[in-house]
Amino acid sequence: MDLLNVKSVDKSYGGVIANHDVSLTVPKGKIVGIIGPNGSGKTTLFNSIVGHHPIDSGEIHFNGKEISSLTIPKIARLGMLRTFQQTHIYDKMTCVQNMQISSDIDSNWKRIFNPFSKEVDEMADELLAFVGLYKKRFLLAGDLSFGQQKLLEFAMALMKKPTILLLDEPTAGVNPTLINGLIDRLRQVNEEKGITLLVIEHNMRVIMNLAEHIYCLANGTMLADGKPDEIQNDQRVIDAYLGN
Amino acid sequence: MITKDKQNTLIWLGLAISAIVPFLFPNHITLLTYIWVMIILALTWDMLGGQTGYTSFGNILFLGVGMYVSAVVQRDMFSSGLDRFERVSEIVVNLNASEYFISLAVGTLSGAIVAVLLAVILGSGILGMRGHYFAICTLGLGHAAAEIASGIDYIGAGSGMVTPLYPRELLIGKEAFYYYAFLLVAVATFFLFRKIYQSQFGLALNAIRDNENKAESMGIHTTQYKIAGWSISAFFLAIAGAGIGNVIGFIDPVEIAFSGPTFGVWMIIMAILGGKGTIWGPVLGAVILYSAKETFWTYLLGWDKVALGLLILIVVVYFPKGILGYFKDRKQLNNSILSQKGEG
Repeated sequence: MDLLNVKSVDKSYGGVIANHDVSLTVPKGKIVGIIGPNGSGKTTLFNSIVGHHPIDSGEIHFNGKEISSLTIPKIARLGMLRTFQQTHIYDKMTCVQNMQISSDIDSNWKRIFNPFSKEVDEMADELLAFVGLYKKRFLLAGDLSFGQQKLLEFAMALMKKPTILLLDEPTAGVNPTLINGLIDRLRQVNEEKGITLLVIEHNMRVIMNLAEHIYCLANGTMLADGKPDEIQNDQRVIDAYLGN
Repeated sequence: MITKDKQNTLIWLGLAISAIVPFLFPNHITLLTYIWVMIILALTWDMLGGQTGYTSFGNILFLGVGMYVSAVVQRDMFSSGLDRFERVSEIVVNLNASEYFISLAVGTLSGAIVAVLLAVILGSGILGMRGHYFAICTLGLGHAAAEIASGIDYIGAGSGMVTPLYPRELLIGKEAFYYYAFLLVAVATFFLFRKIYQSQFGLALNAIRDNENKAESMGIHTTQYKIAGWSISAFFLAIAGAGIGNVIGFIDPVEIAFSGPTFGVWMIIMAILGGKGTIWGPVLGAVILYSAKETFWTYLLGWDKVALGLLILIVVVYFPKGILGYFKDRKQLNNSILSQKGEG
């Protein structure tokens, strides 16, 4: 079953066509990758999916529901979360607080003026340990290194127990040793928690290892899609990257 | 670091002293009353200004609205209504003790409710705006309210109106009554706000301050939280307004009720001076600024505003995060040094 279904989406900023007739499907429980040269419209596509801006035409279905006209918080509450290329964390709050506030806080309005429950605290500790930040949990998130902030942002997304996670370049700016650990964790999350992943990635080694199906965008249109080895040997993809 | 138990002991000690202070300095009760007023103003401003990072220049609106609504209820509740040939600003209502306190209670509560309604209505309109745009938009609120109030004859228009006289021959005098009333409201505000800041709601406000885009993308309905925060502030600010009107005894739209250059600016300066975004910061800032203001006025008359300006300048330059913000940063620095040594 297709969890996310994007049908011929168009988005342009003034005269600049960022996405034209882009379609993709993400089956439930899989890891799907998106690649493409800089400026090919990958992040624009993410922004369209999560409701950051209205799309010009096309349809976006999530779990069988049309979501292209919903607001960001509403879509997030349906179980679709995204992380950012540049880290977005709450920098004046500690790591634990970052995790706490990422739990489902306003599902119960009566408890909104209570402190966080024990379950939330335990889950926060567990997930911080999962990404290797347990020792740093009382530091301000803004004092972490860029790579650690990416890990924190990933852990924060897991706090919400999403059905699908849209990751915008999860390994950019992360050091090579940490990257291996990150790939393992992404796989683990996918296998053990059953979270579907849609990943934008520039690091070919990472995406070829991780994804089961890859889409390649170029100049705002969908250039090719297929299994990692098909994409790797596709002449159009190679041309797009080499600039022909 | 001060533990929570020690902190509570200090609070109770402080309250015990505050309770007997009026007996020690019977000539300065009104002055002391204003310290509690200032604490309420600074605390309520900090809910949005400090904890949520939304600088509002318009909170004075809720103070004035509370003042006027309460005064009107107090005037009209037990008297036969206005004589249309009378000049409103000269009407002085005489009430007996029970009438006075009942109308004061009803008036204060009505003022607070009207202020909350205003906060919800205005907030849904302008709290969708981010950061500086919101700040600029609130600049006009106080001014607009003063202009509107100056045109309504029912509340005395530009000449203002008089609040009912405090009933005579009571055990407790007017000054003492309002001192304890404000003490009670300030303490209640403090404890309630402290509870809020330690709750899920408080952390949501902080999340909006640090990164509103992230908060939204994580499913937090940010505008609703901002409106709720502003409404809570408006509630307590309007209660304070109702009290101030009665302490002064006379309400004027420009100089008292919607007075941007005094109450409106003070509440911001006090919160920033003490350390915005902390619970004790506004309290500390209110005590320091008001004491400094009165001291300068007593000893440096003529130069008092200059001295006050200099004090604010020094704080802004050397303690840009306020007095408590400075200490908070140092504590956080110690924490990170400790954790780097592997002890955290």
